[in-house]
Amino acid sequence: MTTDVRKDSSMELQKAMLARHYERLGRADEDGHPTAYTFVPGNLTELLLSFDLLPVLPEINALQNAMRKKSAGYIGLAEKSGHSEDVCTYVKCDIGMARSGNVGPTGHRLPKPSVLLLSYTGCFTFLKWFELLQQEYDCPIAMLHTPYQGEGRPTPSMIEYMVRQLREKVIPHLEAVSGRAFDPDRLAYHLELSARSEDLFVRVLESAKHRPSPIDAYFGGVYYISPIFTAFRGTPEALAYYEALWEEVEERRRQGLGPITPDGEMGVERYRVVVEGPPCWTNFRDLWKMFADEGAVVVASTYTRVGGIYDGGFRHDPARPLESLAEYCLGCYTNLNLPSRTEMIARQVRDYQADGFLINSIKSCNSFSAGQLLILREVERRTGVPGGFFESDLVDPRYFSGANVKNRLESYFQMVQQKRAAPARTAR
Amino acid sequence: MRCFVGVDLGSTTTKAVVLDEEERLLGRGITNSRSNYDVACAVARSEAFINARFGLLARRLEAHGLRGAALVDLTAALERQFRREQHEVQQRALAASAREEAARTKYAAIAADLVPALDAVLAGMDAEVPALFAAEAARRSDFFRDTATSSFMRHAESLGRAGVRFDTLMTLFDRSIIQVENQALDLSFSANIFPALDRAIAEDPARGEALRGAVGEATRAVAALALEEAGAVGTGYGRSKLPFRKEQIRSEILCHGLGAHWMFPRTATVLDIGGQDTKAIQVDAEGIVTSFQMNDRCAAGCGRYLGYIADEMNLGVHELGPLAQQSSRTVRISSTCTVFAGAELRDRLTLGDRREDVLAGLHRAMILRAMSLLARSGGVNDEFTFTGGVARNPAAVDALRELVRENYGERTINISPDSIYTGAIGAALFARRDADKAVTAA
Repeated sequence: MTTDVRKDSSMELQKAMLARHYERLGRADEDGHPTAYTFVPGNLTELLLSFDLLPVLPEINALQNAMRKKSAGYIGLAEKSGHSEDVCTYVKCDIGMARSGNVGPTGHRLPKPSVLLLSYTGCFTFLKWFELLQQEYDCPIAMLHTPYQGEGRPTPSMIEYMVRQLREKVIPHLEAVSGRAFDPDRLAYHLELSARSEDLFVRVLESAKHRPSPIDAYFGGVYYISPIFTAFRGTPEALAYYEALWEEVEERRRQGLGPITPDGEMGVERYRVVVEGPPCWTNFRDLWKMFADEGAVVVASTYTRVGGIYDGGFRHDPARPLESLAEYCLGCYTNLNLPSRTEMIARQVRDYQADGFLINSIKSCNSFSAGQLLILREVERRTGVPGGFFESDLVDPRYFSGANVKNRLESYFQMVQQKRAAPARTAR
Repeated sequence: MRCFVGVDLGSTTTKAVVLDEEERLLGRGITNSRSNYDVACAVARSEAFINARFGLLARRLEAHGLRGAALVDLTAALERQFRREQHEVQQRALAASAREEAARTKYAAIAADLVPALDAVLAGMDAEVPALFAAEAARRSDFFRDTATSSFMRHAESLGRAGVRFDTLMTLFDRSIIQVENQALDLSFSANIFPALDRAIAEDPARGEALRGAVGEATRAVAALALEEAGAVGTGYGRSKLPFRKEQIRSEILCHGLGAHWMFPRTATVLDIGGQDTKAIQVDAEGIVTSFQMNDRCAAGCGRYLGYIADEMNLGVHELGPLAQQSSRTVRISSTCTVFAGAELRDRLTLGDRREDVLAGLHRAMILRAMSLLARSGGVNDEFTFTGGVARNPAAVDALRELVRENYGERTINISPDSIYTGAIGAALFARRDADKAVTAA
């Protein structure tokens, strides 16, 4: 990324937040500041903050490394030490980074984990990943088991089961690691800030219902979810970020402007699409440009729900602190079954008046990719809009074939255009 | 007359077609894709226009009452002599380029041997031309590069070791043929048809009267006919390189869908296996694409796979299918990875399997991969049209028929002799429709 990149002021704010966070992490070992490694889906950031534990998110490190073109080397290193080509590339990137001195994407050395907080939500690889990190760092694991939403909704017994785990396992563990007693007031304080950020965040997501959409809810959306999905939810700085972001988005909407892309203002909104699947981080900007060049705006995406489905009504709740944390974990996109995912995409297509939807199938993510072709057919059937399918990977650049993806996207958008030109024609 | 052009710039060949206003196919042109896409496009396009004029000529002669063997004989003779004229134009350019190359200072030390050797090769090539375009000659390739290469090599080899190395001569040739291919030579109908007419008369005086009379008149009329290019659309892998505006470029998925519908109006599913990709396309009753799937990340099982296998077995790619059809027991091949297939092939032959049985297995493996894409795209619906270069391979077609029957039951499977032009035809149809839209908008 050497050419000039256009950035909103909220983006600058976010960049500064991230930089400060990595700096803090860089000093943590020296300062004796305890840290907790944890995953994005089902992260218990407010709880960690209430113990003054610094969150470290391995997935974020991996994707940041990919965006900075560092992932290929780390993956190679992990493969050299015995990890198969088919293992999740987030994991291999992380292992490779650990083996290279654990220097984070910004160049700061990352602290060793005081605890690995494994809030498992639907992805089995998470279990194996932290087993590997445990061997790497020889540190304790605190496990929070989130039951899979096999029937499509959380039950009271599931919530009760999780609250009990939080009380009996997770909290005592965090007390031991941090040397602090659990402070319910502090947790409530962070949860209150979370809920206020979440309100604003939902308004940002829903702004895409306007025509033209002032935001891109996938490529741009990745930036919008970042503070709320990671180490900042429940902090005053995250709230300040969402206030600034909302003002910006609102202003763009008032002026009838589309989203800003890294290459400047988006032109005319020609296609409104929904995207399922994580982004391809190694070629994030290339992919965004392929969409933007066609005048395609992503109006909703499932990836922006992996760290919580706030537009479905969920809020962190200071009045029900542990219960709302449990509900949060249960409701993450990665913990949903295929019918729920299908329903979400179909609803997004309808609510956001999309012309179509695209699936980015990730080579090394079974958790996301299994069943995507079923989803494709079913959403097509329910909504009547055409689905498209392309393939890439999270952070392994070997699985991105630019010419192919471009060819497929161009074909897809031309197909949508052609169908639009002949609405009366019947499918056979 | 108003014409509409479609160009399909593929990874192996570049195809162009010309349609008239009634969407009838007037002419087709094909050339090998090369490093210079602009030239490949220009060549295929001019070939298509030339082919169109020959088509129009035949129509006029028919209108004059010329029919049957007489018509075929006359137009074939004329076309053959026309090709010879074109060949000579290119051969002259090749000779000039090779002589220029030989005169470079780096060859100064061997010039005394090199220049006469080159002259001898070029003279040999010239002497061969009449036989190459004789009525009874079976021409192996339509591409000047192919014919010139084999002729040049033959004469260079026959010189023996006298003074100049074979490699040196071939280096000269390689440099020169690229120059010729990337040069805009006048190979047009109007520039070459009249000398061709004279030659055809000279070749067989018995035809003289017809050629001087009605045919000559029709030829002059067709040469003078203005073929107005009222629209052009490009498609194919190299489409972004085509000298067209963005609005004039269409994805080959859409073009293949529409092209297949034009060929077989009841088409519901299209399978296209080209040089480097396989596409499974579903179309509606108007030929509009409703969904598609294509290979990603890996091009295993595409046309190049067969090319690679042919090289491994030291066969021509067109020989593979007929050989595989002689199989009595299909060998199970698990991998469609092009590189692994080569290893598996050698392994199987070492184990004693027959060549034709292994080849049958390779064809089946290739089609199995296409079947999975078809399943993803929504299955095989009736009617089913198979396009792309691989549709010309009879063993691939057999394997496809068998697997379609096994998985979907009886389906009508269409294969057109023009299937290699499907994408270009679709593109030309889009050009025609765009022109209509432009008129409505104005």
